[in-house]
Amino acid sequence: MSRSAFTRRMIVAGLASAAALPMAQSALAQAGASAPVTIGFITTLSTPAGYIGEDIRAGFQLALTDGKLGGVPVNLAIEDDALKPANAKQAADRLIQSGVKLFTGVNFSNVLAAVVPGVLESGGYYVSLNPGPSSFAGERCHRNYFVASYQNDAFHEAAGLSANRLGYKRVALLAPNYQAGRDALEGFKRTFKGEIVSEIYTKLDQTDFSVELARVRSLAPEAIYQFHPGGAGINFAKQYANAGLGKSIPMLIPAFSMDAHMVGATGDAADGIYASALWTPEATSPASKAFVEAFRKAYSRTPTMYAQQAYDTANLIGSALKAVNGDLGKQDEFRKALRAAQFTAVRGKFSFGPNQHPVQDYYLMKFEKRPSGEIVQTIVRKIAEDYGDAYAAQCKLN
Amino acid sequence: MILFVEQALNGLQYGSMLFLLASGLTLIFGIMGVINLTHGAFYMVGAYSAAFAVLSTGSFLVGIAAALLGAGLYAVLVEVAVVQWLYRRDHLYQVLATLGLILFTNEAVSMIFGRRPPLMDIPPFLQGSIPLLPGLDYPLMRIAFIVTGALVAIGLWALVNHTRVGMLIRAGADDREMVDALGIDIRRLYTLVFGLGGALCGLAGVMAAPLLAIEIGMGERVLITTFVVIVIGGVGSVRGALVGALLVGMVDSLGRAYIPQLLQLSLPASAADTLGAGLVSASIYVLMAIVLLVRPNGLLPARR
Amino acid sequence: MMTSRLRLAVVAGGLALLLTAPLLAQLTGSAGLLGLANRIAIYAIAAVSLDLILGYGALVSFGHAMFFGLGGYAVGVIAFHTGAGEPLFGWQGSNAALIVWPLALVACALLATVVGTLSLKTSGVQFIMITLAFAQMVFFVLISLQSYGGDDGLLLDRRNTLPFIDLSRPMTFYYVCVALLVAWTAFCARVVNSRFGLVLQALRQSERRSINLGVDPFPFRLTAFVISAIGTGLAGVLWANYARFVSPDMAAWSKSGEFIAIVVLGGLGTLLGPIAGTAVFIALEQILSIWTEHWMIVMGPILTLVALFGRRGIAGRLFGERNG
Repeated sequence: MSRSAFTRRMIVAGLASAAALPMAQSALAQAGASAPVTIGFITTLSTPAGYIGEDIRAGFQLALTDGKLGGVPVNLAIEDDALKPANAKQAADRLIQSGVKLFTGVNFSNVLAAVVPGVLESGGYYVSLNPGPSSFAGERCHRNYFVASYQNDAFHEAAGLSANRLGYKRVALLAPNYQAGRDALEGFKRTFKGEIVSEIYTKLDQTDFSVELARVRSLAPEAIYQFHPGGAGINFAKQYANAGLGKSIPMLIPAFSMDAHMVGATGDAADGIYASALWTPEATSPASKAFVEAFRKAYSRTPTMYAQQAYDTANLIGSALKAVNGDLGKQDEFRKALRAAQFTAVRGKFSFGPNQHPVQDYYLMKFEKRPSGEIVQTIVRKIAEDYGDAYAAQCKLN
Repeated sequence: MILFVEQALNGLQYGSMLFLLASGLTLIFGIMGVINLTHGAFYMVGAYSAAFAVLSTGSFLVGIAAALLGAGLYAVLVEVAVVQWLYRRDHLYQVLATLGLILFTNEAVSMIFGRRPPLMDIPPFLQGSIPLLPGLDYPLMRIAFIVTGALVAIGLWALVNHTRVGMLIRAGADDREMVDALGIDIRRLYTLVFGLGGALCGLAGVMAAPLLAIEIGMGERVLITTFVVIVIGGVGSVRGALVGALLVGMVDSLGRAYIPQLLQLSLPASAADTLGAGLVSASIYVLMAIVLLVRPNGLLPARR
Repeated sequence: MMTSRLRLAVVAGGLALLLTAPLLAQLTGSAGLLGLANRIAIYAIAAVSLDLILGYGALVSFGHAMFFGLGGYAVGVIAFHTGAGEPLFGWQGSNAALIVWPLALVACALLATVVGTLSLKTSGVQFIMITLAFAQMVFFVLISLQSYGGDDGLLLDRRNTLPFIDLSRPMTFYYVCVALLVAWTAFCARVVNSRFGLVLQALRQSERRSINLGVDPFPFRLTAFVISAIGTGLAGVLWANYARFVSPDMAAWSKSGEFIAIVVLGGLGTLLGPIAGTAVFIALEQILSIWTEHWMIVMGPILTLVALFGRRGIAGRLFGERNG
């Protein structure tokens, strides 16, 4: 997924956030088993998108017990990228220079693109807990690069399948005019069998969608598929409902166009929206229930999907750290353990495909208003089982 | 045709919002000669005040009052604490000081209210749409926005042209030294105008809140556009702000509605999309550059 | 007066600090220190350049980030074509700094000539806003460059190359940046003290008088604008090489605002002041953001206080130099 664009216009670049780690730490990182393993954790904490970073950090830390992950002491070197790829890259370079080998945390594709190449060049590992851009999923896949969340396109492909399943024949598509937006629509078109009546690209930074909504109304499609993360997504859903379109033309979205916090800010306008998703806080599996309960207890709020993914990622890393007893020098064993994915994922089934991206189940969900007035995301049906991604075949690992 | 009317209404609504923001900014600039980048922050403060008032009382009218008061008082505070020391200074210092205030306000709001955008629903009496023409239903909330803009325009016209304060405002915009020389307590006039500008931002904030996400940084997104409006209209002139706001609102809305479609007639789809989006984004800046080259002082400058 | 000796001491001290930064970084074992110093050196070039028109010409450009962005993108785009083996207008591309950098600077000079010619038809606030308008147009053009990453930006595989000098080594690259900063500042100082510079300052003080004396302000101002743009472009070129990454952010209006803040912080019309301003600004940002996530709550008021009380910026405090 991509960022909510406006944040780029936040004043003053948070030019790099933390100074270097002291040298002592890098020595520790190499000392092996007993010393804590430093995990470079670069994420977005400031800017309006900061709530995502907060949830990612909270979810990851929830998986730690007494500062240990998989029984191995870990030390999180948390850096704020302020949603600027250049900042993230500087932070990563600094951590690499001080000997950090294991990285995670980034929550936006464009930031990831700036961080990952440097980490891999230095012989380090990157385990993504949110974005899975296509650029690193196919030919450019790498044995030290793992994505524990999803491949970006897969959400949109699952949405296309959902639209088929819901019986829509004519659909209008809307997305912001940048890379992630275009990818979203491409992914949807890959699996959708009906007619696309129009592809409407919105401006980066747009807050008012009245013009586009008028266009949708005049096109009269059976449904729309729209991808607007963050504040733009809230704006879109509110204005869609206000224009009276919510009743007449159903809306289908990928999960990150309406996370738990966005639901809070959108209110009743979210009622009736369909979403393509991996997980919902309402899921009934024991692992999920335990996670949601623990998260609520620790932070007194409902976790978003970002927190869930970070929690799963932390447990994945923990399982691999345990296998090598914290010694990242045992490279083959560490990679093998990561690939085996021996952990209980909150979302349910989880394994890695040949490109080290997830193979998992996707669901069609619906936002519904409970009698209590609360809006919750409930599962309509499983839409794709053991679903990998379109790029795995192009990846030649080993 | 119906679609065109609807898109024009959308332009009018956007213009209305821009006018609420620009009228205060242009007065502040025209009378005090201050470049006030904090103006967008007043709008944000207004929206947050409204959202939390509505959340705790459930009444939209209380929300309006809270927005006007919150934004107005914050503006007065900013004027008294910071801006009044900068009246005779170079624009550069005003830019730096108010830039600092933006950072401060954004962070303060996120610390007080949290980073999660609060919810504000459309009040029951403004929900739904009404038929304006056969086949054209338009949301009541947006109509209310347009009406608010029109009322403020009339109110400001009356204030500027038919009251003593208005006379001073006009005199101040025309010739700052003269008002000084008349021995009028210019301090108070300045604070008043600042508070008025802030309250108008608050009004824009409360009207926009049910339609938009209320979030940190929402002010900066409209700030630059607001400056474009006042420069096109002519700095210091309320009439100019009105014309500029409507022009920018229309160009933006109609551009978004029709530029991509027009380009698709002559270009392959992918090229048209890319070029169209670029053109749409840049359209108001191109408009401003053209206006400035033809009429360097804007379309309807205050008399000097 | 102590002033000139004090000034010499401060300049020598500052230069010594710049030159020994890598050593300090090694001694304290903080790898980040060199990066910090390098960012300061690069930004300082832009700050000195902007001071040329801001401080000496009283031309408030709120769009200088467009040259920073263009310089960076020139490097990025050429590197992209060279790396991908796709010719650019039939040219194979090059990785040689001696070819790429001058091309980037020529591009900036051309853009500045066009923008300057148009913008200088206005003055005052209108000048501020029209430069902003052009910068926004550049920003949106960069965003719509789909083949060059659009708003995601462009990663560079490696830095440009110089004969005999290995720019891929952080310390070497740092000293190249410092050398360019010193050379550029010296050049700007010469410009300021030349007949050209004196006319520019006379125009700032009283445009009418100068015109009465038969001076046409336009060519002077345009030349200053172009020189300033070239310097800012150079900073963009170095930034692209330093970060090995360019994105439309480089041309965002907030970047222009940041440049202005740095110059005012350092002291308008002092050339050396903006260098100190850069160091303070960037170091402050870094220190505060380590200290707290909410660092802007401190940074904001600091900027405001500087504007209120630091009438002549850091340089003014230190040397009691001329005003802004």
